[in-house]
Amino acid sequence: MNVPADRKYTRSHEWAKQEDGRVVVGISDFAQESLGDVVFVETPEVGREVQAGEAVAVVESVKTASDIYAPVSGKVVEVNEALADEPELVNGDPYGAGWIFKLEPSDPAEMGALLGPDDYTKVIEEES
Amino acid sequence: MLVEMKRTPLYDEHQRLGGRMVDFAGWALPVQYTSITKEHLAVREAVGLFDVSHMGEFFVRGPEALAFLRWATLNDPARLKVGRAQYSMLPNDRGGVVDDIYVYRTGELEYLVVVNAANVAKDWAHLNRLAEGYDAELEDASDAWALMALQGPRAEAALQTLTDTGLSGVRKNATLTLQVAGVPARIARTGYTGEDGFEIFTAPEDAPGVWRALVGAGAAPAGLGARDTLRLEAGFPLYGHELTDATNPRCTPLAWVIKDKPYYGREALEAAACDERLVGMMLERGIPREGYPVLAGGAPVGRVTSGTQSPLLKKGIALGWVRADLAEEGTELVVEVRGRALPARVVRPPFVPLGKK
Repeated sequence: MNVPADRKYTRSHEWAKQEDGRVVVGISDFAQESLGDVVFVETPEVGREVQAGEAVAVVESVKTASDIYAPVSGKVVEVNEALADEPELVNGDPYGAGWIFKLEPSDPAEMGALLGPDDYTKVIEEES
Repeated sequence: MLVEMKRTPLYDEHQRLGGRMVDFAGWALPVQYTSITKEHLAVREAVGLFDVSHMGEFFVRGPEALAFLRWATLNDPARLKVGRAQYSMLPNDRGGVVDDIYVYRTGELEYLVVVNAANVAKDWAHLNRLAEGYDAELEDASDAWALMALQGPRAEAALQTLTDTGLSGVRKNATLTLQVAGVPARIARTGYTGEDGFEIFTAPEDAPGVWRALVGAGAAPAGLGARDTLRLEAGFPLYGHELTDATNPRCTPLAWVIKDKPYYGREALEAAACDERLVGMMLERGIPREGYPVLAGGAPVGRVTSGTQSPLLKKGIALGWVRADLAEEGTELVVEVRGRALPARVVRPPFVPLGKK
């Protein structure tokens, strides 16, 4: 299972990556693999203020709908518009073109509380 | 608590093929091997292969086997010649359904009843209770059979490569015994996908060889995920969702199953009013899921019992119960998808054209 070292993770299988003062959020390879074919992604409204742990997006696979939680608190500043036409990007490139939304973090210290790649790898090994 | 899941005779095949195993009614079965969408489309466009060995098989034999089954089921097995099969249901005495089943006449005085895996124990107890006083013998042969479903427009061609028995003359709902890949098997031209195809019963020890031969003949292994999206596109009910101990089959599109003859629970089934009806619904936007409320004029009028995005139509499709006066084809309703009211239209299943045979 692919767990890139350049970002942080949550127990609920989101990844969060710092980029130009923003936090890009998506779901892990493990998460997309577990969900199966993604057919719809409901993205949050740009401008929405969210708290860490709040459900802000929904990824729907053929089988089920899954909430996506904000890894950190902040304001939604951008969503991945490409997912409207190509939700399968979440399966094909979960760490790249399949990103879901970007946050302007309100408390940069929250990033430090997320899981590193090694700890996240342990989480998915427990669930496998 | 860790409960050991039961394994079908094809468990090792699923492992070898990289199937993602899940618990289905206590059985370890693959939800998918590659992708639900790919497996779904393989069945619609070519041929797919499912392990349905978890389903229960009961034999009913004896001079009064027919009389007993006429009493216990809603369809009329008196219409079955030897080598024919019919979809049916087991009614309870409260106007509901114990299970939906398939009844095969396998001999002059012998019938095979195939039941849902989750209901094997319940059905077995129910049928044994009803059989009292009939000169008929019941046998639970569930563990004595493996069952595979070969489904899709290329099913006949794939199976024909493995048998000398000509298949083109085998009609829908026909059943016969023959040799498949060098072992004895019973086949039936039946299925649960809305496509042409066969269900193939073999001895458990013969199943892996037949499975591999069918895969070698071009059948794509397909899991429970595709099985569910396929049956939903075809508008078929799934017991525990559309049909339950409390749902009246008279109020569903499957009312044709009920034949005019004496049967167990008839009074209760006929006495209940159809306040709600089971309908198909289609959404232009959004994916309906089980449990989502159905609204009209802002008020709750029903609920979704199964829903998905149709892999073929790329639209949200659902089966669900709605107030009887809103069940007409074309009625505009609303399905509440996570707090959002999305328009839905009542449609008559199937959602897609069914395969021919």
